Amino acid sequence: MASTTPIDMPPAPPAPPERAGLPKSSGRAGDKIFLGLSRGSGILLLVIMASIAVFLTYRSVLAISKDEGNFLTTFDWNPAGDPPVFGIAVLLFGTVVSSIIAMLIAVPIAVGIALFISHYAPRKLAAPIAYVVDLLAAVPSIVYGIWGALVLVPYLEGLNLWLDQFFGWTYIFEKTEVGVARSLFTVGILLAIMILPIVTSVSREVFLQVPKMNEEAALALGATRWEVIRLSVLPFGRSGIISASMLGLGRALGETMAVATVLSPNFLISLHLLNPGGGTFAQNIAANFGEADAFGRDALIASGLVLFVLTLLVNGAARLIIARRKEYSGANA
Amino acid sequence: MKLQRKNRLRATALGALAVSGALVLTACGSDDNTGGGTAGTGEKTTAASNVDCGKAKGQLRASGSSAQKNAMDLWVKNYMAACSGVEINYNSSSSGEGIVAFNQGTVGFAGSDSALKPEEVADSKKMCKTGQGINLPMVGGPVAIGFKLEGVDKLTLDAPTLAKIFDSKIKKWNDPAIAKLNDGVDLPDKAIQAFHRSEDSGTTQNLGKYLGAAAPDDWKYEAEKKWPAPGGQAASGSSGVAAQVKQVDGAIGYFELSYAKSQSIPTVDINTGGAAPVQATSENASKAIAAAKIKGTGKDLALDLDYTTKAEGAYPLVLVTYEVVCDSGNKPETLDTVKSFLSYAASDDGQKILTDAGYAPIPAEINAKVRETIGSLS
Repeated sequence: MASTTPIDMPPAPPAPPERAGLPKSSGRAGDKIFLGLSRGSGILLLVIMASIAVFLTYRSVLAISKDEGNFLTTFDWNPAGDPPVFGIAVLLFGTVVSSIIAMLIAVPIAVGIALFISHYAPRKLAAPIAYVVDLLAAVPSIVYGIWGALVLVPYLEGLNLWLDQFFGWTYIFEKTEVGVARSLFTVGILLAIMILPIVTSVSREVFLQVPKMNEEAALALGATRWEVIRLSVLPFGRSGIISASMLGLGRALGETMAVATVLSPNFLISLHLLNPGGGTFAQNIAANFGEADAFGRDALIASGLVLFVLTLLVNGAARLIIARRKEYSGANA
Repeated sequence: MKLQRKNRLRATALGALAVSGALVLTACGSDDNTGGGTAGTGEKTTAASNVDCGKAKGQLRASGSSAQKNAMDLWVKNYMAACSGVEINYNSSSSGEGIVAFNQGTVGFAGSDSALKPEEVADSKKMCKTGQGINLPMVGGPVAIGFKLEGVDKLTLDAPTLAKIFDSKIKKWNDPAIAKLNDGVDLPDKAIQAFHRSEDSGTTQNLGKYLGAAAPDDWKYEAEKKWPAPGGQAASGSSGVAAQVKQVDGAIGYFELSYAKSQSIPTVDINTGGAAPVQATSENASKAIAAAKIKGTGKDLALDLDYTTKAEGAYPLVLVTYEVVCDSGNKPETLDTVKSFLSYAASDDGQKILTDAGYAPIPAEINAKVRETIGSLS
């Protein structure tokens, strides 16, 4: 149930320069069996995926056809009600907004850490830092959730008051309701911490792939360390950073338990990010699955499908960007 | 080089997994809402020798409400100690899941914190063949209103005030409505932070039923498992609400009494209009359940609780959980075990241990009917 992330793999490496084509069968039995096995499992995979998709779509259509509200615009989730009314507007908003906050915080920090590890830190320091950041990825999300609810939320209240006082004019940081910091903003911060390791480690790998010649050439021209990074490392690593961010975004979109523990959900859309409230797809599924009847589960499956489509779009966009900069891609490091 | 790094990563991951695994396990422990309750039950196992095992045999699977989990754990432990060769598995998932499993025929009985809905009864007829699903009230308990307010450790509220607090109509602790009920208490000028459950819950539904019955002018929402009012803040699970109430100054929230006990959260005394405000205790809850009427027909013993009771010392905000079985048409391979186990749960011994776990026994008059019904299951 942990971070149910549809994107778990780095985007595929650029296709090999030329497909060698299947070697002519040497007529040996082993070759034929192996060919059959691998072709068979490939087809089996497609069949399984297709049947899952068909099943999910079927169940969602069942649910949506009985929905008395508008599935896309209703601000409520009550499939057990009479009449059943549920819609994904709030969930879509909450998912996207909390992920954007997470990205805004995590990507710059992650790139900074990655640059520090790959170009600034002494070797003795770089290894332990990389190690600690990677360790963050191994902490289960429910632990982040409990930590978030018990430690992060109380501590963020001070920050919230400060933001409200000095940045209240931005509307976004105006706190109009009392309540502890169980808000989309807090969720964004927590998600940022959770996606740091993946963004950092992929970016770090990419930065380490920068051709030494480029860097040395820049140094030879009298560039400072920062200029080297600006002139050769960052341009080379840009597509890598983008794909790393997309991986992180995928995680943030699908995060379940941590959000369910920290957020105080309600079915209202508000751009006052410091007010408690909001909701995300995964959090809503986790919260409502237990008590839902068969129809309620179908409704949750329908909302899950929307999340699936959303992640598919994100993944597709990432691939598109990377494909355009194929020659630079460091994601295959 | 690469391989080494992989191994190191793997070792790290394993280590982290072990540490966090332990953390998660302890976290799951917070589900266990008996608090100190279960500690004293060790010696009771031997006292369960008058369990009538009857013709019970084999394995019995059951599933449902987590509100009665701790009662069920005690019963299962005592029962299995007395009847060797019988294995009972109660999966405390949720009422909804339990009823779904019951209607699919995968469990011998289901636990539920609200009586079967008409469409669920209709579904059950397919499974029970010759009969239908019925509700047997088995575990009662008070729903406590916990609060945290620095400088205040005793608080009395009545239903209309509670309704207004949870509906965000009363926003400050020093509101005249609260002050009127608490003579001599120095109430601070602080915002009220009302917490409710973020997921569907029978506890929410019971609070809604109580407020709807006892304060109909101030609580106009339907009593559903989903939290109906727009304001307030939410936390997941009774443990989540209790944790917030314990942490946040000015907070108020509702959860089963055992959570309040185990975390030493002060609870609100309810002014029912009777002689004196009533404290949330097992005994007081039993007195309120005694005022309930049976609304089920035939063998169905679904209760109609009297939330407006003014009886001396009756705590009106109570929750009753049921076991759902077929009145006839139970599966022959589990029937004997179901009858024997539920007989034990409804017996004097079985009901007595409920108090230790923060629950309330079902009053004798209703309990007598439960036992009679269990005897007639077929």
